[in-house]
Order: sequence, then structure tokens, then C-alpha cells
Amino acid sequence: MTIHRPMIVAAGLLVVWQAGVLIAAPPPYILPGPIAVIVTLTDRFGEIAAHAGWTSLEILLGLFFGTLFGTASALSMTLFRPAQRWLMPILVVSQALPVFALAPILVLWLGYGLASKVAMATLIIYFPVTAAFFDGLRRTHRGWLDLAVVMGASPVAALREIRIPAAMPGFAAGLRVAVAVAPIGAVVGEWVGSSVGLGYLMLHANARLQIDLMFAALLVLAVIAVALYYAVDTLLDRLLYWQPKTDHGDI
Amino acid sequence: MNEASNIDPISITVRGARVIYAGDVLFESLDLTLPAGSWTTLLGPSGVGKTTLLRQIAGLGPPDATADIQTGTGAGLAGRVALMAQQDLLLPWRTVRDNVALGARLRGEPLDDGRIGDLLDSVGLADRATAFPSTLSGGERQRAALARTLYEDRPVVLMDEPFSALDALTRHRIQDLAARLLTDRTVLLITHDPMEALRVSDRIAVMVGRPARLEEARVPGGSPPRGLDAAGMTELQADLIARLTENGRRAA
Repeated sequence: MTIHRPMIVAAGLLVVWQAGVLIAAPPPYILPGPIAVIVTLTDRFGEIAAHAGWTSLEILLGLFFGTLFGTASALSMTLFRPAQRWLMPILVVSQALPVFALAPILVLWLGYGLASKVAMATLIIYFPVTAAFFDGLRRTHRGWLDLAVVMGASPVAALREIRIPAAMPGFAAGLRVAVAVAPIGAVVGEWVGSSVGLGYLMLHANARLQIDLMFAALLVLAVIAVALYYAVDTLLDRLLYWQPKTDHGDI
Repeated sequence: MNEASNIDPISITVRGARVIYAGDVLFESLDLTLPAGSWTTLLGPSGVGKTTLLRQIAGLGPPDATADIQTGTGAGLAGRVALMAQQDLLLPWRTVRDNVALGARLRGEPLDDGRIGDLLDSVGLADRATAFPSTLSGGERQRAALARTLYEDRPVVLMDEPFSALDALTRHRIQDLAARLLTDRTVLLITHDPMEALRVSDRIAVMVGRPARLEEARVPGGSPPRGLDAAGMTELQADLIARLTENGRRAA
């Protein structure tokens, strides 16, 4: 049911789009109809898929590293108070600086290949994951912590058994945001400088007025983004098996 | 009870307890004795400082609070106290069974399945061992919390209004259960319910005023858990309510 809804929305948008093209009849180098885009997509599927593979790889690696660094930062800030003072400014700067501004520098430093795009995606994912997880770790129910103290738990045991599981709903919320924005990092990186990826393909097609190809790449990117979001969403629901779907206000 | 308890009861003496909260003296030079293996109840209106005193004994007091806490055996209280709060504090991601053995998990000890089973049996939750807390009723949750408290097998049990969120009938049943299962332990119960205090206590201390002081109150005859028809129950309850309201008026 949840998977049907975006498909119905997508189909509805396609119908509106095709109808608009039929009625207004813009030149195809401004706005091609969805049928023309789908024809291009099937004709050049191998080429588009290869580029999509690179972009997907960049997004997945960015998600991996962003989540890794994000959870590590949140845990260090929780365990070592001084780390909070040092990491917080970095955290805020990582979010305040627009990725667009950093992209040319990262490409300059890390080259035109995979690394600069993964760095971009990592950077964009790092903040929501860190902020949400850290916030969750800070808000552990006081009664649980009292119980842990009286039961003679070490701080590490209390973190493992109580604080981290209790922070998982917050972490999941951060990761959902991160997954939704992750493709931005990868595609912006590709725009600034690359020879593969959907961002590169779109720029390349745009320069040659192959607007149908550009839309085809955009369509594939949208499908990747939605599929990734739902995959992660399903995974997180499994991870939080104990959390009721509707909040009854219980702890 | 089929669970053999191998703990020696210990007495606790608190002298000169002092807590200042936001410039206001909650209590100072307060003395309280908890006799070994007996159930003491601290009865008082909300905000008088009952919970603060209990938290001091549990080692969870505010950093500037002071009190001289001695045990009858001379040894410290660390590792000899179990805590039960108003909220059941069950971890929602753990089954009832794992919640009962939370202490063992936190200390890195192996879980004693036999003991978990016996305790769940004694609180009437044997068939809910693998259930998650969200599927339990309020009474079942508090019974699971009681089993978790007992799993700790500590000589001292501190309880902070553990039954106050339950409906009257469920509260009555769990009071009986707790009174039976906690014999031989040194218990401190905090409550604002005079009837609860009269049913389960060996001793009642009324905590009133600001700065708060403690007054001894009489308990009915017979051993806990007492029925509502125990001799003197009604008069003693009226007396307790009068003492709580009179002091409330004087404070206001």
C-alpha cells in the first residue's frame, strides 16, 4: 500500500505532463513529452544504467561514511564532554556551508573521480545523522539511568543496553532525512567535474539540447532516490520492531 | 514462595539529612531509621521531599545534599539496593523476560533462566515471558517491574509510589503481592495514599511541613498485607488524613 501510493502519484504526474505537452505543444528541445523521454530511456538504457550505477555507488558510499562518521561523532560527544565543545562547531559549519560552495574545492583536492562525490554525499549526510543521534543520546529517560546506576552498570553498559537503543528512534529520523538529501551531494559533485554519473550525463545532454536524454536521466535519478528511501525506511522499521507505529505517549 | 532468598536483612540509619532546593530548605537534620527486614512507609503530601530523601538513600541525591547514612552491618549500601519507581521503566525493546534480568545484563552477568521463570511465576506473568512491554496492561507492567526488582535479590528495596498509577483494584492486588514477596527485606515505600500505607507497612512515618519533619504514626494490628477490614483501619486512616490535611493548612 505504501509502495503503491508513489506509483499512483508518478503516473498522475506523467499524464498531466503528456497532456500539457499535447495542448501547449512546446518545442521538444524545451520540454519533451514523457513518451519521447521513455523512448530515449529504452533506446539508450545501457548507457543510462551505467551512469546510474556510478551515481548509486557514490550515494551508497556517502551514506555509509556519513552514517559511520555521524554515529561516531554523536557517541564521542556523548561519552566525552570536551569532545562536544570541539565537534559542535564543526558540525554546524558542515551544515551552514552550502555544498555547492565546497564542491569545486573538493573536486580540486580529491580529483574528478569517485572520491570527491563520495565526500560531498558524506558531508551532506553527516549533519542530520549526527544531530539526530546525539539528541537522542542526550534525552535518555532519567528513570532508566537511575535504574542503571542502582543496578551497578558501568557507563559503557548503560550506553549499550539503554542509551543507544533509546536513541534509535531519533537516529532513524535523522537517517531518513539523510537518505532523502544524499543524492544532492552526489549529483552536485558530478556537475562540478566528472566524466561519469547521472549528473554528468544531464549536463552533457543539456549542452547538446538533448532534453529528452536529460529528462530520462532525471527520471532514473528520481527512481533511485525513491527506491533508496523506501529501502532504508523498511530497514529502519525492522530495526525499531518495538516501536508502535502510532505514539501512545508511553516511554 | 519457591524462590529461596539468601540475603541477610540489614538496617539503615539516616542522620542529619539535609537538602536545599532552589534556596528553599526542603529538610535539614532529618533522622530516619529503617529496621532490618521490616517495611517502613513514608507518607506525606506531594512536594514535601519524600522522593528526595529516598533518592539520597539510593545514592542518587542531588550533589549538594548531605546525609550520614549507616547500615547495621557497617558496610556501605552500594550494590545492596533495588529500586522501583512510579513508572515501570520497562525497556520497550526488550521482552518481559529480558527486562526482568536487566540488572544481570547491565553488569555483564549470565542470565539465570530458572530464577527468571520462578519470579515471573510468582508475579503471575509466566505466560508473558516473551511478550514486549507495549502489549502488557498497566498492572502487568508493574508486576514485571516488581519481578525485575526481586531479580536483583538485594536486602534493601526502595519504592517510590510504585502503585499510584494503577486503578484501585489492580493496586489492591499488587499491594498484596508485593507485601508477600518482599517479606524479610528492608523496604522503604513512599506513598501519598494513607490506605496503602496502613495495608502494607510495619511502620509508618508521616513527612510534613517545610522544612519537613518526620512523625511516627500507628499501624493496625496483624501482619501485612492487611485487609481493608483489619481492626482500627478506618480510625487510623481518618487520623492520618487529618494529620496530612492539618499540616497542609498550616503550611498554606
